[in-house]
Amino acid sequence: MSTEALRAGPDPSHIGHHNEALEALPEFTGHGAGGPAPKRIVVGYGFWIFILSDVIMFSAFFATYAVLVDARAGGPGPHQLFDLRNTAAETACLLASSFSCGMASLAVGQRSEKWTQIALLVTGLLGAAFLTLEVREFAGFVARGAGPTHSAFLSAFFTLVGCHGVHVSAGLLWLGTMMAQFWAKGFRQNIRHRFLCFSLFWHALDIIWVGIFSLVYVMGTVLP
Amino acid sequence: MSIENSLRPEPDFEAGSYVGEDRPLGAQQRPPSNLAAEVRGYLLGLALSIVLTAATFWAAGTHLIYGPGIVMAVVVLAIAQMGIHLVFFLHLTTAPDNTNNVLALAFGILIAGLVVFGSLWVMAHLNHNMIPPQELMQLQR
Repeated sequence: MSTEALRAGPDPSHIGHHNEALEALPEFTGHGAGGPAPKRIVVGYGFWIFILSDVIMFSAFFATYAVLVDARAGGPGPHQLFDLRNTAAETACLLASSFSCGMASLAVGQRSEKWTQIALLVTGLLGAAFLTLEVREFAGFVARGAGPTHSAFLSAFFTLVGCHGVHVSAGLLWLGTMMAQFWAKGFRQNIRHRFLCFSLFWHALDIIWVGIFSLVYVMGTVLP
Repeated sequence: MSIENSLRPEPDFEAGSYVGEDRPLGAQQRPPSNLAAEVRGYLLGLALSIVLTAATFWAAGTHLIYGPGIVMAVVVLAIAQMGIHLVFFLHLTTAPDNTNNVLALAFGILIAGLVVFGSLWVMAHLNHNMIPPQELMQLQR
């Protein structure tokens, strides 16, 4: 069937609405034709914009840290403070958590309540393990007198890494909410859209952490 | 929701799976499941991330790399791993239905780059042009 024949059919004004046969043609997808984008595309795009604004906020914190990393006011620097084994354990937790969040996405795609809940539980436990390691590290710094008030370097460090930790905490709350909603409401479309946003958020947090463990922790022990 | 809308059957889209995947409105039946391939995609992403992470920690302690080059190696490995995450976990593609996401990302990278490198550049020059403390003392005398 030619495109013209389809166009002349149930969509005389060429608006693109209510012409499912035309919309089903693959060459229209993503080329501004074939009607409005499906809701999950719009929802995902909107949340992607939010994530990018979050990334820009983090880039300001990264810039602050990079500028202030040498302003130690006679206090300890990265060499004295950072323990790369702890950082490696945190990285492993967050990476595994990101993977299991991906598995949860696949379980939602399969409409499997059991595997969705299991994968989300694993995601949450790994996220909580990450937070525990981070809080222990921060408490150790403060106990050694290297709290955020000691030097500009430490202020910038606690702001950058702490802000990521706050994001992970918020993500854990959101994750618990998603588990409860999948349990109580099932795989309804709006719940799945919320979960799509959550998975974007959780994977994006892992991307931010890649920046932190590379540019803050590893770089801190490499540079003099 | 208006009556007219509620009469139209809600299209059934997969959530969470492929971020940028677009399916034509009106495709009522669920697409054929390709679970094994999707799991393989995530596993590949995980394996690549583990390799790059291990390489980063290895680079920090090795003497095999020329010392001043380690910084560049760490930066390159970090950028590579961010790319791996974007492709395998966030499912960012170059497909036409992903153009908006890619353009937004490009804009985000531009702003983040301006903020980070702009700050470092300006602050380095500021430090360079600062009057040394001894000369400052002479001015006060």
